[in-house]
Amino acid sequence: MAYSDKVLDHYNNPRNVGSMDKSSPDVGTGMVGAPECGDVMKLQVKVNPETGVIEDAKFKTFGCGSAIASSSLATEWLKGKTVDQALEIKNTDIVNELALPPVKIHCSVLAEDAIKAAIGDYKRKKVGAPKAEAVAVQ
Amino acid sequence: MKLPIYMDNHATTRMDPRVFEVMKPYFLEIYGNAASRNHSFGWEAEEAVEKSRKQIADLIGATPKEIVFTSGATESNNLAIKGIAEMYAERGNHIITQATEHKAVLDTCKRLEKEGVRVTYLPVKTDGLIDLDQLRDAITDKTILITIMYANNEIGVVQPMAEIGKIAKEKGVLVHSDGVQAIGKIPVNVNKDGIDVLSLTAHKLYGPKGVGALYVRRRNPRVQITAQMDGGGHERGMRSGTLNVPGIAGLGAACEIANREMAEESKRLRFLRDKLKDRLMNDLDEVYINGSWEHRLPHNLNISFAYVEGESLLMGINDIAVSSGSACTSATLEPSYVLKALGAGDDLAHSSIRFGIGRFNTEEEVDYVGNKVAEVVKKLRELSPLYEMAKEGVDLSKVSWTAH
Repeated sequence: MAYSDKVLDHYNNPRNVGSMDKSSPDVGTGMVGAPECGDVMKLQVKVNPETGVIEDAKFKTFGCGSAIASSSLATEWLKGKTVDQALEIKNTDIVNELALPPVKIHCSVLAEDAIKAAIGDYKRKKVGAPKAEAVAVQ
Repeated sequence: MKLPIYMDNHATTRMDPRVFEVMKPYFLEIYGNAASRNHSFGWEAEEAVEKSRKQIADLIGATPKEIVFTSGATESNNLAIKGIAEMYAERGNHIITQATEHKAVLDTCKRLEKEGVRVTYLPVKTDGLIDLDQLRDAITDKTILITIMYANNEIGVVQPMAEIGKIAKEKGVLVHSDGVQAIGKIPVNVNKDGIDVLSLTAHKLYGPKGVGALYVRRRNPRVQITAQMDGGGHERGMRSGTLNVPGIAGLGAACEIANREMAEESKRLRFLRDKLKDRLMNDLDEVYINGSWEHRLPHNLNISFAYVEGESLLMGINDIAVSSGSACTSATLEPSYVLKALGAGDDLAHSSIRFGIGRFNTEEEVDYVGNKVAEVVKKLRELSPLYEMAKEGVDLSKVSWTAH
């Protein structure tokens, strides 16, 4: 399979790789996918509690090159957006930007899910609600 | 050293230039039809075909008359299994095979099931070998055929053919084996191994693509096969169609070279394969060999790098041609059914890489591959949330994942 130049660029130079303190109240963590499916994405956002703007985003991904590229791209897009703007990122935006072929669309879906899970985690922390099951943090 | 490096020799092999030389005259000069009995063009073609038959027979301990030419191993497997099921239908309707067979065998069996044949798919143990007691227990008075591959194309695991042959003989059941990966690589002898029908193909042993053969035993017992294609009745009526003379000459030459050089070559390939394995395992943690190490082809290394997804690893080593059992590299988006059959877990199947070292690989190439793979695995583990969690002591099997 041939990869688009953008997928190759993100794979070779992934942006914002890393982890933030998931216990921090300003950090939202989303982990989606499953090892037996061949994709797990962990995406974290650090939100300014005053402005609601995402100041930092980090990811780590187990998955194919397109999954790595989708999550790397997501972190780039998240920085500087408010949490509400972040929720407007659609998987189709990622598909278009990275020119993903049909068999790789699930990678973009996973990235969208990871964004929603991370923002959801941050919002729950903010209101002090218990963590939801779907966020697979131990 | 030239890049890219080809190390996918279970998929196909580069043709040996010596084989190519043998084939050449049969395109432009000796172009007769081997079935033409009344002129020298036909006689010369026939001579080449008969020479090849002998070269193939010598490699597997058979006689030339027992060799039937086909277009390759997929056809050989189809012809053997369907041909026997049809010919022996009155005697019984039960076939035994195993879960890790090539699709050419599995899908052939599935088609026969639709036609009323009963098929037992033996599971394999975690080392990829079948359990001989299970095989014995599976045999009924309706069993006509046991079809078990000699060596597996993904994990290189070599089945105990001689013992399988013995069990089959005791029960009066025929044995077919897909010998594609083993023939020319390790000693295969149809008599010592108790094989009645054996599939082989040229392109896995440095011969041309599009030509193969089926060994069909002629005595003790005399095996009969119903032809699956109608036509001129070539190949003792078992396989019609004008013979592919250049291909057949190439297959014969490839067998002769393998017969002569196998002992030396397998030593060299084993050394290179072991060097690659040691290089990777000494440098990286949580690396697992898939399938038995002991009962394995000398040139196969199938290895899983935990917490690293196979396709992303292939992307990072794009100047090396190898295969992965990862779903992302298959058309079906399912991880390798062979690795799943070992019970290793889908996650390790997604993380597997198959190296097939061949005649034309050098030690320099093996060193380069070892270094490159280790470097990319380390890079991808830095990127892997699973590796991070494992290092933190999280038991990944206890995490409730959001499967998709």
